Amino acid sequence: MSNKTVTRVEISDAIVREVGLTRQESGDILDRVLDLIGKSLEHENEVKLSRFGNFVVRKKAARAGRNPKTGVEAKISARRVVTFKPSPLLKSAVETDKD
Amino acid sequence: MLRSELIARLAEEYSHLRHDDLEKIVAVILDEIADALADGNRVELRGFGAFSVRERKPRTGRNPRTGETVEVKAKRVPFFRPGKELRARVNGGDDPEAR
Repeated sequence: MSNKTVTRVEISDAIVREVGLTRQESGDILDRVLDLIGKSLEHENEVKLSRFGNFVVRKKAARAGRNPKTGVEAKISARRVVTFKPSPLLKSAVETDKD
Repeated sequence: MLRSELIARLAEEYSHLRHDDLEKIVAVILDEIADALADGNRVELRGFGAFSVRERKPRTGRNPRTGETVEVKAKRVPFFRPGKELRARVNGGDDPEAR
């Protein structure tokens, strides 16, 4: 397993390479895609990207927690959390150890 | 929101791009993320979140229908952790982890 971190730059470069847009426009459209996914999760509970996976917003009730460092009890507020459910295709691509 | 709806929204803003180019752009973005994860790499998209690969240990499972025990091999699963901005967005602008 290699240990590289892929960021916006690499993805944007792939758009330049494969679709032939300028670097400027590739970066811009990538940001827009991420923004539209985020915006959609503000209003609806699910973004479904076929063959990739689904982003799902789940509601968590308030609960008693503990600061793991100090052991002090603290209330954890109710919140909405984004989870990602990978597609079967993505799961099987990641699953096996290729070393 | 579905993949097709995401592409339709992009089409409104990038009217000079062809529909199949927009489809290709979304596919390239998602494929870059998937390929990185399949190689065991991490993907960091600041503000949006980070995709990584988590190791699951081998365990003894049970077929819920027959009750038979089965050995489940160690495997890797895709994992997504939302970024600060996305956590705030789905909570009305206030990141609950910063409270």
